[in-house]
Amino acid sequence: MGVALLLVIWLITFVSSYFFVAHKWWPTAVSASAPYIDHQISITFICMGVVFLLAQLGLGLFVWQYRDRGQKVQYSHGNVKMEMLWTTLTAILFIGLNLVGSPIWAAERFHLPPASQSLQLEVTGMQFAWYFRYPGPDNKFGHVDALQSDASAGGEAALGLDTTDPAAKDDIVTGTLYLPVNRDVDVTLRSQDVIHSFFVPAFRFKQDAVPGLMIHMHFRPEQVGDYEIACAELCGLGHYKMHGMVKVVSAEDFDKWMAQREAEKQ
Amino acid sequence: MSTGHLAPAHAHAAPGGFIRKYIFSLDHKVIGIQYYFLALAAVFTGMFLSLLMRIHMVWPEAVLPIFGTIKPEQYLSLMTMHGTIMVFFVLTTAPQSGFGNYFLPIQIGAPDMAFPTLNMLSFWTTFVSFVVMLAAFFVPGGAPLSGWTSYPTLSALPQAGPGQGLGMDLWVISIAIFCGASLMGALNFITTTLDLRAKGMTLMRMPLTCWAWFITAILGLLAFGVLLAAGILLLMDRNMGTSFFVPGGLIVSGIPIKHNGGSPLLWQHLFWFFGHPEVYIAILPGMGVASQLLSTFSRKPIFGYKAMVYAMLSIGLFGFMVWGHHMFMSGMSPYSAFAFSVLTMAIGVPSAIKTFNWLGTLWKGKIRFQTPMLFAIGFVSLFVSGGLSGPFLAQPSIDIPLHDTYFVVAHFHLIMGVAAIFGIFAGTYYWFPKMFGRMMSEGLGKLHFFLTFIGAYAIFMPMHYLGMAGNPRRYSQFTELKYLAPLLPVHKFITYAAIITISAQLIFVFNLFWSMAKGKKAGQNPWESTTLEWITATPPPHDNFGGVTPVVNHGPYEYSVPGASTDFIMQTDPVQAPTH
Repeated sequence: MGVALLLVIWLITFVSSYFFVAHKWWPTAVSASAPYIDHQISITFICMGVVFLLAQLGLGLFVWQYRDRGQKVQYSHGNVKMEMLWTTLTAILFIGLNLVGSPIWAAERFHLPPASQSLQLEVTGMQFAWYFRYPGPDNKFGHVDALQSDASAGGEAALGLDTTDPAAKDDIVTGTLYLPVNRDVDVTLRSQDVIHSFFVPAFRFKQDAVPGLMIHMHFRPEQVGDYEIACAELCGLGHYKMHGMVKVVSAEDFDKWMAQREAEKQ
Repeated sequence: MSTGHLAPAHAHAAPGGFIRKYIFSLDHKVIGIQYYFLALAAVFTGMFLSLLMRIHMVWPEAVLPIFGTIKPEQYLSLMTMHGTIMVFFVLTTAPQSGFGNYFLPIQIGAPDMAFPTLNMLSFWTTFVSFVVMLAAFFVPGGAPLSGWTSYPTLSALPQAGPGQGLGMDLWVISIAIFCGASLMGALNFITTTLDLRAKGMTLMRMPLTCWAWFITAILGLLAFGVLLAAGILLLMDRNMGTSFFVPGGLIVSGIPIKHNGGSPLLWQHLFWFFGHPEVYIAILPGMGVASQLLSTFSRKPIFGYKAMVYAMLSIGLFGFMVWGHHMFMSGMSPYSAFAFSVLTMAIGVPSAIKTFNWLGTLWKGKIRFQTPMLFAIGFVSLFVSGGLSGPFLAQPSIDIPLHDTYFVVAHFHLIMGVAAIFGIFAGTYYWFPKMFGRMMSEGLGKLHFFLTFIGAYAIFMPMHYLGMAGNPRRYSQFTELKYLAPLLPVHKFITYAAIITISAQLIFVFNLFWSMAKGKKAGQNPWESTTLEWITATPPPHDNFGGVTPVVNHGPYEYSVPGASTDFIMQTDPVQAPTH
């Protein structure tokens, strides 16, 4: 029985570990902060992986080695020195990992570039679609009132954009997100019904959109291409199909696209 | 603090009729068994729901008998009810209220719980709560779909989806009733532990199971009150026009919402202030059972008894300071993430101490591989695997990509789901002889262990990979997002593993009921354990010790004491060799 347990525990350990490293599970990282997040994940994987291997292999080994063969048991109530040793080591490992990772969190949240340099973007979640709003040339978002919205009309009507507000006149609302490459995006997240979560796996970006809150975040896409947007917070029966697309294009293409939208609007 | 003098005041005569003896019983042993069977009914309900979910995810067109084709909103109802039933009626009910009720009084040498009538009341309140919860399936609109966490505004507004009407009201009412039952139970456990210990049963001589039940009861007392308050507020928002959780200016399904001034985050704070300690409510009793069994079946004292007690105490204390790690992406102040994150990493330290001490207990022992021990060893393995994904999710920067993905599903299922269930299985195989007077089949038990152990890993290990690939949780289908398509084979594998593992549980049910009737007769102490439940008859008499008040002379895990005549010294044995 001891040898069966040893084999099963070791086999599970090796097979699980193999699939962690043998396949590239992560989507390609294409935002400024993604490599830092991935790096922190790698460090954590190495640390936790070593502990995982030692603990599981040790467990398998011990149950086999100390199976009942009529041997004499070492009567002991423990060892305070050992307790102190592994308590200290674990504390250093866990708290240390935490401190190493903290600047990444801070960078995304507290070090916002000046509003004039970054693209202003508003993301609104509603059951079950994402809408994206750009402030237009005046760089100011117009007034919206969800109570005036008409979801079936789509576009700016779905947000309840107040067309009498001068700041709203040049606002562009789209269902597909266009972003210029290598430019900071200052995003404001909101929702007009339930909680949603704006999740772009390739950006390693996720943030809840909460009714009643305007949540500011920023990120910078660094590679041209199409990337999928998912909703990560349960929002109702259509949660699984509340998706969207972000198209990261060159700065010129973005300006061209934006000029076209403005022209259509006039 | 031996307060044996209190015992006679609580002793009551053995009941006569069937109803007083088996239905509205005041006997903690009967109540413990009632809780156990309630949890058994709940675990099979919850498991069946998960089976339907797994089938729908990979074969959405499948036409099932009775159910027909499962729709996406029905999938969410199955998920909500699966989570709720498992967390409340299985993981909170079986290890604490079931085994705790039966064995806490016996292990500390008491004739019953401190408040037998309250005890009966708390069971029947839990029962009512379970019935109300199940009723949500059968009302118009069906069961709610907002998950076991029931975040407003989805949970606060009936317009937000099917199941969010009467079904959701029943869900909240059921949870509120459950909170009441748990508060009664917690008071009873705490009082019993503090006041009814036998002579010589100092706190530091209590078995680690008793410590676990005691600390769990304290957590329950402090946590369920908060959930009760949150539930009442949610009920008022839904039915009385208040706005605790709903802000102004919302429009849902085209209908303007007449609420103003509330905050959806308030619910999350209240819910997780309960919800995180709840995780420890589910797992601490399992830790207690694992400690008890690893020591018993290694024939060796537990490694670092005091460290184990202090580790559980600090887990309980820290457990109340880390709820914010569920909310890194919620929109709460990003500054608070630093505090919650450091405290969460800190709670990993006592968890690691426990793991090291379990390995230290096996070290140089003499291990007997009976079924209870296999499940205790499985518990340690699963606790390690489930625990080590914690430090990923505890770091806010890593939580950004992993939050609300299958990585989280893998994490909490391994640690508070499967590990805790292994604790329950271990306890069942270990205490069944004492409870029912017969042994369970060892052959079937071992078969059940290996299938379940391998099966649990086959189900939950691949979920880590899905989470790393960015697969969000709570999706009924993976067809809408292109990047999820290549992951479908992994989901299929998990579904196959789930079907096999769930089927294997029938072996356990058969073993349980067959052994009750036909199992080998059990002696008084079949495992050669040292704690007080093994000094009394099998099954124990109504007053537990047949009129004798036990006097305790030893610590709980005196195995292989040099110079002793047997390799175990019962806690009540006269002093014959120096022990703790």
